[in-house]
Amino acid sequence: MADSTATPPTSAPLTQLPIVGKSEIRPTWCPGCGDFGVVAAVESSLKRLKIPSHNVVIVSGIGCSSNLPHFLSSYGFHGIHGRAIPLAEGIRWGNHGLTVIATGGDGDGFGIGAGHFIHAMRRNVDLTYVTMDNQVYGLTTGQASPTSTMGQKTKSTPTGVIENPLDPISLALASGATYVARGFSGDVKHLTDLVANGIAHKGFAFVDVFSPCVTYNKINTFDFFRQRVYKLESAGHNPNDIVAAWQRSLEWGDKIPIGLFYSVDRPSYEDLEEVLSAGPLVSQPAGLKGRDSLLDEFV
Amino acid sequence: MTEITVRIGGQAGDGIASIGEAVARSFSRMGLHLFGLNAYQSVIRGGHVWFQARASDGRPYSPGDGSDILYALDRATVDIHSAGIRPGGTIVFDPEKFPLTASDVPAGVRALPVPTLEIARKYTSQSILQNAGGIGATAFLAGIPLDMLHGVLTDAYGRKAGDVVDWNLGASADGYTFAEKQSSPHAHALSKRGSPKLLMTGNQAIALGAAAAGCKFLAQYPMTPASTVMHWMAAHSHSLGIVVKQAEDELAAIHMAIGASFAGVRSMTATSGGGFALMTEGLGMAGMTETPLVVVEAQRAGPSTGLPTKTEQGDLNLMLGAGQGEFPRAILAPSNPAEAYRATVTAFDLAERWQTPILLASDFHLSESLMTVDRDEIDLNVPVPSLFTVVPNGHDYRRFQYTESGVSPRAFPGQPGLNFIAGSDEHDERGHLVSDIHAGIPLWISERRRMMEKRMKKLHGLAKDSPGPVFEGPADAPLTFVAWGSTVGAVRDAVALLREKGKSTNLLHFPTVYPLDPEVIRAAFSRTRQTLLVEANYSGQFGHLLRGEAGIELPDRLLKYDGEPFFPHEIVARALEVVI
Repeated sequence: MADSTATPPTSAPLTQLPIVGKSEIRPTWCPGCGDFGVVAAVESSLKRLKIPSHNVVIVSGIGCSSNLPHFLSSYGFHGIHGRAIPLAEGIRWGNHGLTVIATGGDGDGFGIGAGHFIHAMRRNVDLTYVTMDNQVYGLTTGQASPTSTMGQKTKSTPTGVIENPLDPISLALASGATYVARGFSGDVKHLTDLVANGIAHKGFAFVDVFSPCVTYNKINTFDFFRQRVYKLESAGHNPNDIVAAWQRSLEWGDKIPIGLFYSVDRPSYEDLEEVLSAGPLVSQPAGLKGRDSLLDEFV
Repeated sequence: MTEITVRIGGQAGDGIASIGEAVARSFSRMGLHLFGLNAYQSVIRGGHVWFQARASDGRPYSPGDGSDILYALDRATVDIHSAGIRPGGTIVFDPEKFPLTASDVPAGVRALPVPTLEIARKYTSQSILQNAGGIGATAFLAGIPLDMLHGVLTDAYGRKAGDVVDWNLGASADGYTFAEKQSSPHAHALSKRGSPKLLMTGNQAIALGAAAAGCKFLAQYPMTPASTVMHWMAAHSHSLGIVVKQAEDELAAIHMAIGASFAGVRSMTATSGGGFALMTEGLGMAGMTETPLVVVEAQRAGPSTGLPTKTEQGDLNLMLGAGQGEFPRAILAPSNPAEAYRATVTAFDLAERWQTPILLASDFHLSESLMTVDRDEIDLNVPVPSLFTVVPNGHDYRRFQYTESGVSPRAFPGQPGLNFIAGSDEHDERGHLVSDIHAGIPLWISERRRMMEKRMKKLHGLAKDSPGPVFEGPADAPLTFVAWGSTVGAVRDAVALLREKGKSTNLLHFPTVYPLDPEVIRAAFSRTRQTLLVEANYSGQFGHLLRGEAGIELPDRLLKYDGEPFFPHEIVARALEVVI
């Protein structure tokens, strides 16, 4: 391969380049699926922030919601089940000039991928993780998920779930996430604020979204959430107060909070990784030409 | 070829590895080639540990058979290793630690009592300094000049605070002088032979090769015997500008490396069999998304957790079959650090050229043994071409475009006008899914077939570009050894031993164990008369592969699966059985 005139992916001028929009692929979700609201919110967020489409990578795992990258005009990586986060981390560390958004479902993120979810938060990697939490496995035709309600009957739990559901919000707080929010795909405008602010946030931004499955979850429906959700922004919640965030995260029942639970400024992993202070790894020199003194340590 | 072998044994925590390395480095600085074997157990304190340095005025490729000088830090070392001491050898020990009687010492072997603890007490109350007196006496017997040893100790302890260097220099000089008065150098003691050699482990050579090939990102989870790849990279991370990430598990490690590669950075991960088993789904994703990746698989004795600190070549079948479905891959198998350096460079080149994962098969014996390398065997001036070769062309960019070779134009996020989706699902040329609304519909059935064939075509290119089988030794030999990976070293030494016995043999080895071009393989075997397959596993996995890929039958086999490396005498003995 010879040197070429191709553009290395560094900080290209941001004006006049296309912003993320819809791709030529139409979503394949069931009519009425909550995920339509989420893809709309992600698209609106990127438009609001005016991030050119070539500087955005949307990464996902496997599940209905993980098809999302195909529906937008950015770069994308539709990976394997449960591994969206380490893939997204690697992309960030390869080129931290990119805006990286990981997306997926509750099974992908809190079941098979739970280990990665926790560690990405303690690392405070600067990426945004949007989960479409429908409390059920949809693509595999309706089994219980880590966030399914106790007693919920599914194909894998015909007599009802006998495990306590995992709470993504309190898990994120415990894991050290620096931006923890919950949205509802029935309120795209509010969700767009949460996602856009998450993308703008430096560090790991987590947005768990109630994104109802209209086919396999007859409990946690749009109506279920419409009747229960209230906005933390209208309830006097201070998102810089972690104790208050903990208390709000425990609320479940007739009143369920959505909005920004917690936000704090902390150096990101990329800030602390000294090698990256010299710029995106992808633009740094590579190889050992002229470094012959390196061999002296072996003498 | 004159050779001398020093073996040092004691308990884990006694500092055997450091004093062993000091002896090895003294030899390599004398310009001698050596093979250093590091034998330990999976404990941090206690347990029997030993290190062996086999130095030669020729080139040893294996630990050899036996030793000439045994420095025993404990009684167990004498019990375990004295039978392996060749006539004319010496046991160095401290009678204050344990007594030795005449019956403990094999015929033709001397015992040299050295007051190592007493020497140490002259300098400090820290008993670890006893090693310095012992190593001084050992160096004298082995023909290592005192100033050579002192140079090595100064470099090793120079950064430590206080009087540590002075104590070590003083105590080692005392041990050296003591031996000089009481004994004489071994008859095979070697003298300086020219400029110093480089001394490195297989893993250090792999890490160095990766850095030279332009690797900028390593993600890894600790696992013996792969961890020292990460240790070297981490120690050089800042100076070389390489991001080293210890991941939460091997699943994350391989995905981080794939992510960085997708972003345009040459990337690697390293692990052993257990970790590699976890990586297999990610490996397949790299194959499916045509993302270059180098994976080091440093094998250890399995199955399951097996023998964590012992060697085996038992993961070949795993490497061949890792990942569901089929995708192109290559498996390179170097046998020593010089080869490992070059193989790693080749692995990166193949990964980038053919946009698919490349496996580098190592094992405990290669990864953790210390071997010498000549400076001119390591060329750091490896070309690292730019990966950004695709220029936007309207809206017609197809990341997975059908091509003659199967390789498609590769763009990277951050490049305007080339946006695409990398899909783990089956996809079309633009990366869009075939799997959901299209699968099973006639047009898309043929699309799937074409995409599968496009990927698999790269296997032909890989076979063409990967280093082919190599013959070593006389062409007309009545017996040809067949080997791969670290086992090649002991076979090379066995060929030399057989030559000394007047028996002509040669070696056919495989720097690339997969893919194999059947024509090339059959042509190679057409030049053999009788063969002996030598492999460190139970079932002869490479033999099965040769039969499956090229119809080659290798009825005579020498298989070893006790965790120990091959020793030349075992191969010689089996060869003599086979050719009679």
